Amino acid sequence: MSKKPFRPDVDAPEWKGGYGPYDIIKEGAIAVLVILVITMLLAVVFGSPDEKQITVKNWSNADPIDFATTALSELNGTSTSAQYGAPYNTASSGQAIGPLSLAKWAGVRIPINAASDFVISPLKSLPDKPVLRTDLKMWASASTSTRNGWLESYTKASSNMKFVNGQVVVNATSAGPVPTIIEDLTQMARSGALDQALVTGNGFYTTDFTKPLLFLADSGYMANLADAQHLTGDQWGMMNETGSYPGQAWLWLYTFWYQIPPFNSSGNGDALVWALMMVMSALLLFLPFIPGLRSIPRKLKLYRLVWREHYQDTK
Amino acid sequence: MSISEIDRQWTTRIRRRVEGKLPPEKLLPDTQPVYVSSWIYVFGVATLSALGIVIATGCILAIRGPQWWHGSPYGHFINSLHLWSVEIFFFTMVVHLWGKFAMAAWRGGRALTWMTGVVTFLASIATAFTGYVSQTNFDSQWISTQAKDGINATGAGSIFNVLNTGQMLMWHIVLLPLAAVVLTALHVILVRIKGVVPPFEEVTE
Amino acid sequence: MAFFLSLAALIPLDNPGHYIHWHFLDLSVANLIVVILMVCTFIAALLLPFPGRSRRKENR
Ligand code: HEM
Repeated sequence: MSKKPFRPDVDAPEWKGGYGPYDIIKEGAIAVLVILVITMLLAVVFGSPDEKQITVKNWSNADPIDFATTALSELNGTSTSAQYGAPYNTASSGQAIGPLSLAKWAGVRIPINAASDFVISPLKSLPDKPVLRTDLKMWASASTSTRNGWLESYTKASSNMKFVNGQVVVNATSAGPVPTIIEDLTQMARSGALDQALVTGNGFYTTDFTKPLLFLADSGYMANLADAQHLTGDQWGMMNETGSYPGQAWLWLYTFWYQIPPFNSSGNGDALVWALMMVMSALLLFLPFIPGLRSIPRKLKLYRLVWREHYQDTK
Repeated sequence: MSISEIDRQWTTRIRRRVEGKLPPEKLLPDTQPVYVSSWIYVFGVATLSALGIVIATGCILAIRGPQWWHGSPYGHFINSLHLWSVEIFFFTMVVHLWGKFAMAAWRGGRALTWMTGVVTFLASIATAFTGYVSQTNFDSQWISTQAKDGINATGAGSIFNVLNTGQMLMWHIVLLPLAAVVLTALHVILVRIKGVVPPFEEVTE
Repeated sequence: MAFFLSLAALIPLDNPGHYIHWHFLDLSVANLIVVILMVCTFIAALLLPFPGRSRRKENR
């Protein structure tokens, strides 16, 4: 029987040399102690960040015009959420990797209808508002083209939106119920009631914040706060942490691709970066089996430093 | 009952396959080959220790629930320990990975050790990510709304909803740590079974 | 409680961070420090002598 040839990057030589004493439990105990001390020191010296959560109430009080504009974009279907596509709705076909429309194939599993979920339904939950009640009825019974006519004239006028004496002011004519809808939703948001109405979509208990988070994400307010904390995508935001704490530095490669073409300009950027990262992870995973790549360590010769005692002794 | 009937039992066959693979002197060795003599070897154990502290501090945070640490100085301190042990965990794991790469430590039937290491690394990234989105503060609001696009683009977003805080918390404190710990255990057992990889053979000049 | 209050961070890092910007590179100084430390630790682990050589010699 002939022996297979020895492949230096796959096979290891048999060790015929000596053995030395080794106290594995002592080593483990020392390691735990050392790591614990370093952790304690870092925690005591630097603490940890906890930038307070924001609410729709904060947002609409800090920047009512941004809120009212965002609410309008949910109603007229121009917000990011309204135009998202799967898994939220069918407004767009979403991102694809060549012919692979993975998101679309997975389907609409978390249905979001921006106009009704973010605007109309919460308003319906408000008690004792006769004008609003009539206007919502008017909205509900109007045809799509009538609604579009109202929205168009309101949207046009809204470029001069003002917030005066605690009220949204837009000089729109023939906008039907839209002014009441936007004004009342803004008041509802400023009172804090909208935060509740958005999360309690599923009954008493909930741990699902999909709706308020999507709504907040459509705002300029949240993006501005994130920009100030250097967290946005083109700021390598995924890696960063609020304040000057280190963040998820291990995401550097994932974040890196978002900064360069074609990923930073493609409408399919997310899908492409993910596909690339899958390939690179697979390369790392199967490295021991990939000829060429698996020879790098032998050619790099860093191992000579690791085992320099051994090589000195065998000389 | 005949001997061959016992031989054919699942229990017997599995026991025979594993027995002798990991005798006590391999599980808890008291000697090492002399070539094991470099600081680079301590980074596996360091990663393991950091993981232990991550889990311990996570358990303390779990006792009073996900929002406790915002209001309690004690809770905030435990959170600091949790965060910094995670940073150390990744730090030591990456140095460990570089070291094992430099030694081509997959040689001699150790490919599975390398691969369990890589999968543990990926599982740890997912664990850390779900932790970041479970913080219930501005950071988690921002990270979840940013990350949704990447995950939705893969189609995974239809099941793995990063905006569902309860779902993310479950992944962070049950599913992913379980995966990470099981994978780590497999990894370390494989190392003990195979022993530490011997040096490259060099023709002495 | 007072004990843990006294453990509040000595040098909290809640002030806005600093960033290194070079072409498309945009790194927070904190992350950069972590990466540099990681590389230094790796190099040090390769270069620093590991104690206990004489003991191992006896056993060969
Ligand atoms: C949770 C994360 C990890 C833990 C707790 C861990 C722990 C360990 C320990 C304790 C050892 C033995 C001591 C040593 O040589 O350092 C070891 C060996 C090893 N690790 Fe890891 N490791 C982890 C992640 C990784 C990763 C990400 C890789 C590579 C991609 C990796 C690859 C290896 C290999 C190939 C060995 C065998 C070393 C040899 O034969 O010399 N490990 N690991």
